[in-house]
Amino acid sequence: MPKDDGIGASTKRREDIRFLTGNGKYTDDINLRGQSFVHFLRSDVAHGRIKGIDTAAAEAMPGVLKVFTSADFESAGGIPCGWQVTDRFGEVMQEPKHPILAEGKVRHVGDPIAAVVAETYEQARDAAEAIEVDIEQLEAVVDMKAALAEGAPKVHDDLTSNLCYDWGFVEENKDAVHAAFESAAHVVSLELTNNRLVANPMEPRVAVGDYDPWGDSHTLYTTSQNPHVIRLLMGAFVLNIPEHKLRVVAPDVGGGFGSKIYHYAEEAFCTYAAKVLKRPVKWTSSRSEAFISDAHGRDHKTKIELALDADHNFTALRTESYANMGAYLSTFAPSIPTWLHGTLMAGNYKTPLIYVNVKAVFTNTVPVDAYRGAGRPEATFQIERLVDKAARELGVDPIELRRKNFIKADQFPYQTPVAVVYDTGNYDATMDKMLELADYANFDKRAEESKARGKLRGFGIAHYIEACGIAPSNLVGQLGARAGLYESASVRVNATGSISVYTGSHSHGQGHETSFAQVVAEMIGVDATSIEIHHGDTSNTPMGMGTYGSRSLAVGGSAIVKATNKIIDKAKKIAAHLLEAAPEDIELKDGKFSVAGTDKSVDWSGVTLAAYVPHNYPLEDLEPGLEETAFYDPSNFTYPSGAYGCEIELDPETGKIDILRFIAADDFGNIVNPMIVEGQVHGGLAQGIGQALMENCVYDDQGQLLSGSFMDYAMPRADDVRGFTVDHSCITPCTHNPLGVKGCGEAGAIGSPPAVVNAAIDALHRAGHTHVTHIDMPLTPSRVWAAMKA
Amino acid sequence: MHNFEFVKPSSVAEAVAALASEEAQPLSGGQTLIPSMKARLNAPETLVSLMGIAEMQGVCPDAGSLVIGAATPHATVAAEAASHFPGLAALAGQIGDPAVRNRGTLGGSLANNDPSACYPAAALGTGATIVTNAREIAADDYFQGMFTTALEEGEIITSVRFPIAEKSAYAKFLQPASRFALTGVFVAKYASGVRVAVTGASENGVFRWAEAEAALSQNFSADAIAELTCPSDEMISDLHGTPEYRAHLVGVMTRRAVAAAR
Ligand SMILES: Cc1cc2nc3c(=O)[nH]c(=O)nc-3n(C[C@H](O)[C@H](O)[C@H](O)COP(=O)(O)OP(=O)(O)OC[C@H]3O[C@@H](n4cnc5c(N)ncnc54)[C@H](O)[C@@H]3O)c2cc1C
Repeated sequence: MPKDDGIGASTKRREDIRFLTGNGKYTDDINLRGQSFVHFLRSDVAHGRIKGIDTAAAEAMPGVLKVFTSADFESAGGIPCGWQVTDRFGEVMQEPKHPILAEGKVRHVGDPIAAVVAETYEQARDAAEAIEVDIEQLEAVVDMKAALAEGAPKVHDDLTSNLCYDWGFVEENKDAVHAAFESAAHVVSLELTNNRLVANPMEPRVAVGDYDPWGDSHTLYTTSQNPHVIRLLMGAFVLNIPEHKLRVVAPDVGGGFGSKIYHYAEEAFCTYAAKVLKRPVKWTSSRSEAFISDAHGRDHKTKIELALDADHNFTALRTESYANMGAYLSTFAPSIPTWLHGTLMAGNYKTPLIYVNVKAVFTNTVPVDAYRGAGRPEATFQIERLVDKAARELGVDPIELRRKNFIKADQFPYQTPVAVVYDTGNYDATMDKMLELADYANFDKRAEESKARGKLRGFGIAHYIEACGIAPSNLVGQLGARAGLYESASVRVNATGSISVYTGSHSHGQGHETSFAQVVAEMIGVDATSIEIHHGDTSNTPMGMGTYGSRSLAVGGSAIVKATNKIIDKAKKIAAHLLEAAPEDIELKDGKFSVAGTDKSVDWSGVTLAAYVPHNYPLEDLEPGLEETAFYDPSNFTYPSGAYGCEIELDPETGKIDILRFIAADDFGNIVNPMIVEGQVHGGLAQGIGQALMENCVYDDQGQLLSGSFMDYAMPRADDVRGFTVDHSCITPCTHNPLGVKGCGEAGAIGSPPAVVNAAIDALHRAGHTHVTHIDMPLTPSRVWAAMKA
Repeated sequence: MHNFEFVKPSSVAEAVAALASEEAQPLSGGQTLIPSMKARLNAPETLVSLMGIAEMQGVCPDAGSLVIGAATPHATVAAEAASHFPGLAALAGQIGDPAVRNRGTLGGSLANNDPSACYPAAALGTGATIVTNAREIAADDYFQGMFTTALEEGEIITSVRFPIAEKSAYAKFLQPASRFALTGVFVAKYASGVRVAVTGASENGVFRWAEAEAALSQNFSADAIAELTCPSDEMISDLHGTPEYRAHLVGVMTRRAVAAAR
C-alpha cells in the first residue's frame, strides 16, 4: 500500500499549497468580461410596510444600468424551504413566502428592498443612497415568547400567527413521560438559552451571474457548500430554469460552517439580472452585510427536566423549547430544532422515555438555520448541563452518574426512544481516555496551586453523541425532507493510469482533495499524486447533496468506494484477458494485477492503456474505457461520540475565564487522515469555546442588531483557544458504510460548550459559590461576575 | 467610500492652510477615519495627511518630560519610550494589534477621544500638555466627554508633552470583541501626588478618580484603596458590561496598576 498517502496517513493537505501561496481561486476572484455590480438597498428597520419606492433619481445616476424592485420579480418564485415539518396535531408547518426583494413589507434589518446594478460597485452604492423608500415602521417582534402572545404583531400578515409549528416528539410517548415524572424519586430541571450566533466564515458570500444567449444558458458562480442543491432549488423553484440550462460553480470557498448551505436571494438575483441586462452581474457581500444577511445559528430557549429513580437511573426526560426561525424559513431551518435535535435527546444514556416539544417562531430577525452541529449542539448542551446539575443536586460524582446511565459497549446496536438506532459506540472507553489524558487524578493538586494564586480552577465534563452522515433518503423523505440525501462519485481512469475523481461533495476547508485521494490510492495501490479530486462544478460532477452534517466521507467517500470498486472489477476483467486467466483468479495489490499462485502480472497502467487502446481486448464482452459512476444512499446515520474535558481558571476579581486545557477523546470510527481530523476538531473546539465564552448575536427590542460588527461580536482569537489535546484512538467502526467512518466535522462544536460551562460552575462551586447553578452563554466576565455577586 | 482629494503637506503651516478649506479633515494613521469613510459614516472632501510632517514625528526626552510627535505611531512609542517612561510605552504596546500599532498615532487617538481608547488615560493620568499649531492645552481641560475635545475646527495636535512619572502603569481589561479597554486605568506617581485616569468606563469619557488619587497620594499601595469603590452612575452599559461591573473593574484595575507600577 502507498504508506505515505493511503488510509491512515497524515498526508499534508494538497489544497493548502494554493491557499497559502495566494493561488486559491475564490468566487470574488472571478471577473467576467462586461461585468456589472449590484448593491442591495437593505432595510434599516426590523418591521415596516413599504408604501412607496421612488427609484427615478437613482436610475439617472452615473453608471446605473437598472434599479430592480419586487415588481421585476413577479414571474419568479420565492426562495424555497427544503424541509416541511408536520406538527404534533398532524398539520404541516406555516410556510410564508420569501421573496427575492421585499414585497409590501420588510421583516428584518437587512431585508433587501431594491437592487441597483451599475458599471462599478461604488456607482451602485452611490445610487442606492438616492432611492427613496417610504416605510411605515411597524412594531417589531423579537422575543419568541412575546411573538406568540395573543395580539402580537404578525411578521407575516397572511399567516394565522407567528408560530411556524408546535412539534412533539415522540408524541405518543407524552403521557407515559409525564407519568414517569409523577412517580420519580428525583426531578432535576434547568432553563437555558442556546445563544444566537453568526457564522462569520473568513470569506463573505459572493455571487456572479452570467447569461449566454448563444445557448440560452445561465451560469452562477457562488460561495456555496452545495452547488447542485442551489441549481435544483433556484432553477426549479425560483427562476424556472431547467438544470441543463443552468450551471452552478462553487470554486474555492473560504469556510461555510453551515451558512453557505442555503439558497439565498442574492444568488437568484444575480442569475436573473444577468439575463435581463445581458451582462454578468456580481455581488460581493461586505462584512457588515454578512451580519444582516447570512443565516444565523442556534437561538433556542429551553426548559429541560430529568426524572431519576432512587438509584439515580434516568427514568424520563422532557423538554419544552422555543426555536427562532427569524423572519423567513431558510433552506433547512425547520429541520434543525426537530429532526436534528429531538432525535439526539437520548444522548449517551439509557433514558427509556423522552418527550421533546419545540415551538418554532417567526420574529423580525435574520433567518436562522444550521450552524456547525445544527440541532445536535443544542441537544448536547441541554443534556450535559442537566446531567451535571443533577449530579450536584444529588451530591454524586458527575462522572459516575454518567457512567451509571451510559449505554454500555455490549448493548449496541441500541434502539433509543427517539427513533434512532445507534450502531456502535463505547462511551466508557472515551470517558476513560479523556480522564487519562486530562490527568484528572491530579486535578485537586492543580486546583490548590491556582488557589494559592487567587484563582479558581474548575474541571468540566461533557459526553456527546451526534448523528452524522445524513441520511437514508427514504427515511428523511418521511420526515419532511424535500430532497434525497445520497452522494455520488464518478471515477475516470485515464489512459496512462492517472485518475480523475468527480465528487458531488464540495470541499471548503474539509480537505476532501487530500483525503478522498487517499481512499482511492489505498484501494488501487497507486500513488495519491496520480489522483485528482474535482468538485464544485455542476457541469462536470455528478449530483451531490452537499457538504454539511459531517457527511462527506461517510456518504460521499462511500460513493467513491463504490465507484472505485466498479473500476477494480472491470480492470480485473481486462487484466484477466491480458494474462489469459479467469477474472476470479486476479489479485490487485500495490497497483499490480497478478494471477493467484503464479508470477504472471500486469501493472495498473498496462491495464488502463489496454482499456483505452483496445487492440488486445475482449471487445465482445467488455466496453473499452475505464470510467464508473456510483451513488450511495446510507442505510443509517453514523454516531460519533466522545468525552470532552475542559480545565479552566476563573479570576474571581473580574469574572474572566481562561481555558487552560481542553481534552477531546472522540470515537470517529476509522480515520483516513489523522492530521485533518485533528484540524477539524481544533476548529470545532474554537467555535464551541467561542459560543460558550464570547460569541453572542444580540438584537434590541426594536430588532436592531447590537452586535453587527467585530467591534461587538466577539470572535475567538488564537490566544483564547489553546491547550488542546485531541485523541481519536477509541474506535468502534461504523457498521454500515464501507469505510467504517463516522465523521468528525462538527464534534468539537457540539461537545465543547457544555464542558466549558460545566467547568465554570465547577470552579464556582469549589470556591463556595454554590448558589450559582447555571449561567447562560456566553460566559462573559461581566455575566460571571454578576452571577457570583447575586 | 466617496471620492476625496488627498494632500500630503510637509509642514504644520501647510497643513493648517490646507485644512482651512471647507470639508477638509486631517488624516493621521487612518485607523479610525478610513473605516468610518468606508462605512460611509464620514465623507470629507479633502484629506490632509499629517504623516509627511517631520516635526510631528518622534519621541524626545525634554527636561523631565517626554515629548512625542502627534503623528508618531503607537509601535514607535512602545519601542522608543520604553527606557524613559516604561508605563507609557507599555500602554502604547497594548493598543490594538501590530498592524494598528504600526499605523495608528498618538495625535489621532487623542483627537478622536474614543471613550474606550487607551491614550486618553495616559494623557489625563500624567497631566500631559496637548500642543497644537495654535496653543498648549492642559489634559484636564482637553477631554470634554466622549468623542469631544477642546480642539477647534482645523486645529492640529502637533505633539504631546508627558511629565515623566516616578512610577506608573496601565492596567487594561479587554473588551472581548474590539479589544479596546472595557475598563483601563493609568496610574502615575509624582512627587506632587498620584494621578489616576480611567478610560472605557464612563459615559463622559476618560475621567480622574479623585478619591483614589487622594488615598494613593497618602500611601501608594493597592491596600490603600482596597475598600474604595467607584460609583456606577454614568458608567457605560452595553453588551460587554453593566455599569456596576465597570465600576467594580475600576477598583480592580486601579489596584492592579498600582501593584504593577514601576
Ligand atoms: C482593529 C483596531 C483596534 C484598535 N484597538 C485600540 C485599542 O486597543 N486602544 C486604543 O486606544 N485604540 C485602538 N484603536 C484605535 C487606534 O489606536 C487609532 O490609532 C486611533 O483610533 C486613531 O489614530 P489614527 O492615527 O489612526 O487617526 P486617524 O484615523 O487618521 O484620525 C482619527 C481622527 O482624528 C483626527 N486627527 C488625526 N490626527 C490629528 C491631529 N494630529 N490633530 C487633530 N486631529 C487629528 C482625524 O481627522 C480623525 O477625525 C484600534 C483601531 C483598530 C482599527
